[in-house]
Amino acid sequence: MGHSERDLNENPVALIDKQTLVKKFLSVLSTESVKYETEDLTPFECDGLSAYPQIPMIVVLPENEDQVCQVMRICHQYKAPIVFRGAGTGLSGGAIPYDQGVLLVLSKLKRITHIDPVGRYAVVQPGVRNAAISEATKIHELYYAPDPSSQIACSIGGNVAENSGGVHCLKYGLTVNNILKVRFVTIEGDIVEIGSEGLDSPGYDLLALVTGSEGLLGVVTEVTVKLLPTPEKAQAIMASFDDVEKAGRAVADIIAAGIIPAGLEMMDKKAINAVEQFIGAGYPMDAAAMLLCESDGSSEEVASEIQKTTEVLNKAGATEITISSDETHRLKLWAGRKSAFPAVGRVLPDYFCMDGTIPRKTLPDVLKRIAAMEDQFQLQCANVFHAGDGNLHPLIMFDANEGDQLHRAELYGAAILELCVEVGGTITGEHGVGIEKINQMCIQFDNQEIQTFLNLKRAFDPDGRLNPGKAIPTLNRCAEFGHMHVHRGEERFPDIPRF
Amino acid sequence: MSTNETVIDRFKSQIIDAKKQSTCVRIRGGGSKDFYGVNLEGEIVDTNEFTGITEYEPTELVLTARSGTPLKEIEQTLNENNQMLPFEPPHMGTKATFGGCIASGFSGPRRASQGAVRDFVLGARILNADAVDLQFGGKVMKNVAGFDVSRLLAGSFGTLGLILESSVKVLPKPEMERTVLFDLDIKSALEKMNTLAGSPIPLSATCFDGNQLAVRLSGSEIGVIAAHKKIGGEVSEGASYWQSIKEQTHPFFGSEGCLYRLSVNPTAPINRYTDALIEWNGSTRWVWNNGTLAEHQDFANEHGGHATVFRGNQLGNPISSISPALQVLQQKIKNSMDPDGIFGKNRLFAEF
Repeated sequence: MGHSERDLNENPVALIDKQTLVKKFLSVLSTESVKYETEDLTPFECDGLSAYPQIPMIVVLPENEDQVCQVMRICHQYKAPIVFRGAGTGLSGGAIPYDQGVLLVLSKLKRITHIDPVGRYAVVQPGVRNAAISEATKIHELYYAPDPSSQIACSIGGNVAENSGGVHCLKYGLTVNNILKVRFVTIEGDIVEIGSEGLDSPGYDLLALVTGSEGLLGVVTEVTVKLLPTPEKAQAIMASFDDVEKAGRAVADIIAAGIIPAGLEMMDKKAINAVEQFIGAGYPMDAAAMLLCESDGSSEEVASEIQKTTEVLNKAGATEITISSDETHRLKLWAGRKSAFPAVGRVLPDYFCMDGTIPRKTLPDVLKRIAAMEDQFQLQCANVFHAGDGNLHPLIMFDANEGDQLHRAELYGAAILELCVEVGGTITGEHGVGIEKINQMCIQFDNQEIQTFLNLKRAFDPDGRLNPGKAIPTLNRCAEFGHMHVHRGEERFPDIPRF
Repeated sequence: MSTNETVIDRFKSQIIDAKKQSTCVRIRGGGSKDFYGVNLEGEIVDTNEFTGITEYEPTELVLTARSGTPLKEIEQTLNENNQMLPFEPPHMGTKATFGGCIASGFSGPRRASQGAVRDFVLGARILNADAVDLQFGGKVMKNVAGFDVSRLLAGSFGTLGLILESSVKVLPKPEMERTVLFDLDIKSALEKMNTLAGSPIPLSATCFDGNQLAVRLSGSEIGVIAAHKKIGGEVSEGASYWQSIKEQTHPFFGSEGCLYRLSVNPTAPINRYTDALIEWNGSTRWVWNNGTLAEHQDFANEHGGHATVFRGNQLGNPISSISPALQVLQQKIKNSMDPDGIFGKNRLFAEF
């Protein structure tokens, strides 16, 4: 955070002649696929992070892989910076345009190319919506597991770029665990196939490197995703607690009992109340915290896991337990959780959604300290939590049009991220760094570690023209940001005097 | 200075010396995977003394250990807490270390259902080519800050840096496992593997060894019994069988010559590989000899995958073949992390 006066021009580029580029693009793309007038550019000024809009110089919307390659080659020839955009739902500003660059939008590549129900995979273009994959494979009783809360809108290309998670990560993994292969276009406009239809490929695991690389290394034009058999049954338990700490301990107790639920979510009182007023999911308004715990599998497996989990929750001091009675009820319980962000958005006009991950055992302490910061920054914060995997989403509520609230919200967010690092966690679990958390990268990593990232970046993009100013800070930026990275609890050079 | 710091200092000076003298080092734990690779070059950096589980809290589902820690010790500790390494790593000998397990990236029978080493690596602490101590990833289950260097290290065979410590996600052991056998020929066995893998049952391993199709179910007692009822098959003693597949002590692996691993689309036809051992729901085919790497790669290319020489490679020969475009990227990764080529020269590629 702290981007109110942000400067994207960290990688200075030569001034690019807009007219020349437009002409070049029009020679390979249709007229409606090249946008360069301000009124046509404005809809692309931001993604899911709306606080830092920026108008791109040119927007291009290629319709196929060949056009993507041609656009890449033109940009390469004219040294034009490129930002990639899928559905524009990202929360960390990864697709915020660069004012002196090209925004390459992949939304027109939205074909599901191939479904192999026997081999259990689907080949899809990057603009395909996450939820559309499972919709298309439903008839084969197969589905694509990662389910970010924006799944009805977000695209698979963006999911790969961000390594998106969702509420079922604990059992089924993130994007990186659920894709087999990508077609990747380099900055030079060359196509490389990374991964395979088999399980392991020779050499370095480029698929792991590319997944979550936030558009810094190249662009993906096709993704082969793994499909899993749809579980016969799913059932959810909602458990109320009169104390957040008890709810946190219950999560550890479930894991200790050898149960890995399909989903394990926690919400605090503020989040529960916001959701309940928004959609009436039947959440306990008087509870200090609630857990939503899902079991899936065969009817027999689900019945036995639900019984076991209920016992654990009772022992852990749950004040009320509701087990979903049928599929409609289960979906209603989840609808509440999945609408937590917009629900909070109704309380105040703006919110920042933070995304730190912490060791689960530190949860009570972290929640207490986040609550204490409400006084410090004079803002409210609701918490939703992928409790199973320790991924915390504090939602800082503010009104950007009221005084210095935006600034205070940024500071509050930064303080939360720093707290996550302090307790042994990370600044981002699933939303990516983007521009939102770029300063906090300097806290999580020291200069040499960041240098390793920069070297990897340079290997793909020597001049820093792919998504400039995002995800990996320059060392200068870290020096200016001024926070000292503390390495494993000790300073790097303790004998050097500091002023 | 503690022993561990002394060991790290030794690692550092070996790396710095290699850099100064333009030589290379070979990072080695128990040497149990020495059979694998293009070549074994460089002065050995022995990680065996750098041992110990540094952090493990069962309810966090995360374990962190130093690279020289015996893999056996890690599995034993997890077992005492009713947990396991989900990727079921092959030891390939008695001396396997945790670092070697990560660096080799080898996974066992549970690979197709649970994932590989790389799917469970959460973080790593390494010494880079300048002998600088760096940390990537973390000890939490979801982490997308920075490039995923720790996953990149899985399967890198010590060619990108010296892994000092790794953190991995662990899972509870299943309440029950049951192995069932089906008498089938190779073609029907492959079909059955794919059918089962597409059914909502707690499948945790499949293997056709030339005689029978073995299927392992893992999960809650009630779930395993219900699934067995659904799929049928004759109950068999499973533990030692899967151990023999994982550790390649099964008679199939007793031949001589070149053992190839074909990693392909799980529905790829049997073709001329009528005497293959098939694992991982059809996507891995083990074959002895029966042609050159190029010939196997042709088959693999046609079926969306790769061929690798797993054992019996003649030193210096490539163990795999990838597209030129991919080779360029592989080389770029290597150059960016180890520009002077200090680590594990020619272990993975004949060119670098």
